[in-house]
Amino acid sequence: MAAVLALTAVGLSLVFGVMRVVNVAHGEFFMLGAVAAWFVTAFTPGPPVVGFVAALVLCPLLVGGVAALADRLVLKRLNYDPEATIVATIGLLYILQQAALSLYGPDARPVPAPFEWRIQLPWFGYSGYKLFVVAAACVILLAVWLFMTRSRAGLVMRATQIDRDTARAFGINVDRVYAGVFALGAGLAAIAAVLIVPIQQAHYLMGHDPLLLSFIVVIIGGLGSVRGTLVAALLIGLSDGVISVFYTPTLAKILATLFVALVLVFRPQGLFGAKQ
Amino acid sequence: MLVLSGVDGGYGHVQVLRGLSLEARAGEVTCVMGRNGAGKTTLLRAIMGQVRATAGSITLDGQAVHDLPAHEVPRAGIGYVPQGRRLFGPMTVAENIEVGLMTRGKGAATREHVLALFPRLRERLGQVSSTLSGGEQQMLAIARALCLEPKVLLLDEPTEGLQPSMIALIRETVTALKATGVATILVEQRVDAVLSVADRVAFVVGGTVAETLPAEELTADAPQFRQYVGV
Repeated sequence: MAAVLALTAVGLSLVFGVMRVVNVAHGEFFMLGAVAAWFVTAFTPGPPVVGFVAALVLCPLLVGGVAALADRLVLKRLNYDPEATIVATIGLLYILQQAALSLYGPDARPVPAPFEWRIQLPWFGYSGYKLFVVAAACVILLAVWLFMTRSRAGLVMRATQIDRDTARAFGINVDRVYAGVFALGAGLAAIAAVLIVPIQQAHYLMGHDPLLLSFIVVIIGGLGSVRGTLVAALLIGLSDGVISVFYTPTLAKILATLFVALVLVFRPQGLFGAKQ
Repeated sequence: MLVLSGVDGGYGHVQVLRGLSLEARAGEVTCVMGRNGAGKTTLLRAIMGQVRATAGSITLDGQAVHDLPAHEVPRAGIGYVPQGRRLFGPMTVAENIEVGLMTRGKGAATREHVLALFPRLRERLGQVSSTLSGGEQQMLAIARALCLEPKVLLLDEPTEGLQPSMIALIRETVTALKATGVATILVEQRVDAVLSVADRVAFVVGGTVAETLPAEELTADAPQFRQYVGV
C-alpha cells in the first residue's frame, strides 16, 4: 500500500512541483491504468505473467499519452493558470470516469497476478506478489530519482520547476517540459495501478481513494517535495494498512485527515516543503 | 547586429515600451540608462521574447526575432543575465553551467573557456549556487549566459550590490567580450561603470530612447545623467 501510494503521490507531487498545477484528475489516471491493465491482460494470450508485463509496459505509455493530450488540449490553453486548471482537471476527472464507465462498464473485474506463491514462515505466510510490488515500486522510485537528478531531461525539468522564465532564456521549451511532466505523473499513477490491480480489482470509480491519499501525502510531505512525498507515503501507507487491519478503514482515513489538518495548522508548507 | 525598431510592448494592458528604437553593434557595448520604471528591464525582456512586442521589429543580423517563441531566442544567439541573477538556486554551479550549454555552444570546449574566464567557479562546481557569495553568483550568471556563445549579451544591472573588486572583474569581463565581437547591451545605473566600458549610451525615458550619445562625448558630470537618470 505504502509503496504504491508513494508512486501515485510522487506523480502528483511532480506535476505540482514543476507545473504548479493541482491535478484533481490524477486518481483517474490511476483508474485508467487499472482498466487498461484489465484490457491488456484479458486480450494477451499466454500465461498471466506475459499479460502483466505487457500491461506494465503499455499502460503507462497509453495513460501518459492521454495525459499529454489533455495537457495540449486543455491545460496549455489555460496558460497553466493555477486556479483555472483546478476547475479544468475536475472536468477531466468526470470525462475520464464517464469514458471508462461507457467503454469498460460498471463492474469491478479482477486481473490475474503474474505469479502465485507465498513466503511461508513458521508463524505466518505472506504473499510473494505483495513483496514483488514493494520491490518494484522501490526500483521505479529509484529510477525516477536517478532520472530527476542525473539525466539531462531531469535537469531541464528541475530548471523549469525553479524558474520557467529563466529556463526559457536558456532555450528550454517549457510547454514541452510541461507536457512531459504531466505524462510522467500520469504514467507513474498508471504503473502504480498495474501493480495494485491484481490485489484489488479494476473499477471505474477506483480513482477516488488514491487521489485522496495522494493529496494527504503531498500535503503532509510538502507540495512539490519528492523526498517529503516518499516519507509521507510511507507514514500514511503503513498507518492506513495497520489501522485498517486492526480497526476499520474509515478510522484510518479519519486519522489521516486529522493529521493533514494538524499539518496545515502548524506547518502549512508540509514536513519537507520550503517556506514561501 | 541587433536592431530594435519602433518597439511597443508591456504587461497586459500596461504599455511600457513606446516606439523604442536601439542598435547593438558587434564588438560594442551599448549602455542603457534611465530612471526606475523607464522600461530598461522591459526592453531586455522584449528582446528575449518574455514580453511580446506588440508593434515594431527586433532583428538579429537581419533575421526577425520578435516573432520567435521565447525559448527560440537564445538559440538565435542572444544571452541574458537578468536583474537579480535568477540562478537556478537549488542547483549546483556545474548544473547551472550545464543548463547554459544545452542550447548552443561547443560543449566541453565552451565550458572550459567559460571556467577559464571565472576560475573561482571551477573551485565551486559542486557547490549549491544559492550558497555562493553575491559576486560569485553574478559570475555564475554571466558564465551561464556565455555558455550560449552569444552574438549578443544582455546584462541587467550586473554590478548591483557588489563590492568594488567584483565590479572591476565584471568590467574586465565586459571589456574582454568586446574584443571577441560580442554585442553587449548593458543596463546600468552607475555612471562610472558606464563610462568605463560603454561605446554608446542610450537614455530611456517613458519607454522610448530619448537620446543616444557616443560614450566619449560624455563625462561624469554630463547634464544627460542628471536629466535622464537623476544622478
